[in-house]
Amino acid sequence: MDRHRILIVEDSPTMRQLLVFALKRLKNADVVEAQDGMDGLRKVTSDHFDLALVDINMPVMDGLKLISLIRGEDNLKGMRICVITTEGAQEDRERALALGADEYLTKPIQANRVLAIAKSLLKIE
Amino acid sequence: MSAEETELLRKAEEFLALFRKGADFTKELLRENEKLRRQLVAVEDRQNSAAQSDVEWAKLRSELLGRIQSLEEEKQDVLQRLQTVEEENRQFAARYLEVEEENNNLANLYISSFQLHSTLNLSEVLKIVVEIVINLIGAERFAIYIADEKTRALQPVACEGEPLSAFPVARIGEGPIGEAVESGETWCSDPGGGLDLKRPIVCIPLRLEDRPIGAITIYALLQQKQGFTPLDDELFTLLGGHAATAIFAAQLYGLSERKLNTIQGFIDLLTK
Repeated sequence: MDRHRILIVEDSPTMRQLLVFALKRLKNADVVEAQDGMDGLRKVTSDHFDLALVDINMPVMDGLKLISLIRGEDNLKGMRICVITTEGAQEDRERALALGADEYLTKPIQANRVLAIAKSLLKIE
Repeated sequence: MSAEETELLRKAEEFLALFRKGADFTKELLRENEKLRRQLVAVEDRQNSAAQSDVEWAKLRSELLGRIQSLEEEKQDVLQRLQTVEEENRQFAARYLEVEEENNNLANLYISSFQLHSTLNLSEVLKIVVEIVINLIGAERFAIYIADEKTRALQPVACEGEPLSAFPVARIGEGPIGEAVESGETWCSDPGGGLDLKRPIVCIPLRLEDRPIGAITIYALLQQKQGFTPLDDELFTLLGGHAATAIFAAQLYGLSERKLNTIQGFIDLLTK
């Protein structure tokens, strides 16, 4: 069975650890971490990922910029993107979805919610 | 043979053929008759064995009713067991959800504790406390105070949502922040209250045994956070103890590093 590859793009080590914990329950999934948008961009262009969990407010390159760059690449169009952010306003959500995000989660998050969204985006039962 | 004899012979053969047909038909009828007689006998036997009299009929009826009754009871028993199993399933499902939520909460607490004790650098510790308060509690505006035991001042050293200079200096034992630090009791009020940087909605005193280390004061929650949850209470307790320990350890380490460097500098001077 093919393994799912998931990229976490988040500058907070605490949040990265929490997301890794949440995704541990996915069988056949490999999780890779990136600490800012630029690091995330390097990783998606050098390796294949099925899903990216992206924070918005990050140094060097923010999440919205990263999403627009990812969606600009033809070979990355199949990758699903879930935004995980503190920004709770409806317009922030709409902007992210308009740029190409598939899901939008606001913090504080619960691990089971992250797992449910990941399963839904990866089409795992 | 003459024509008359031939004719006679022919008629005789026809008669014989007809007679044979009749005989075969009769045999067929007799077989059918025998079969029917046997069936009749069987039916009569069944009828006779069912009941010889009204008493027999009543007995048979009573047996059948008894059988129906016992089947009904068995059915009720099965239905009851099914209900019990369904109820147990519901309880298991509810318990599963409880355990899953508990697991998620424990993960949050473990990760917070792990991160807090992962460094001896004070600015890193403060950064981790900020991350926990934003990402796990969901606060939008807050400050971290550190206590100076000599002057009893509580100085804001890290914050989010406002510039650091906006947060007032407090004193241990004075005002809501100072009183919370002195008593060691976390208090929280209605998150919907107005923004007053002297009156936070949550004040978490940071204490190491009886030593006041500082406080975390929260003034506003993220837009999408409606109120505090039981997990938030657990996080307040965790921060009150573990953040205090982490900050104290980082302060001690920083002090000892500086002293060590100073002593090392003297030794280097003396040995040159």
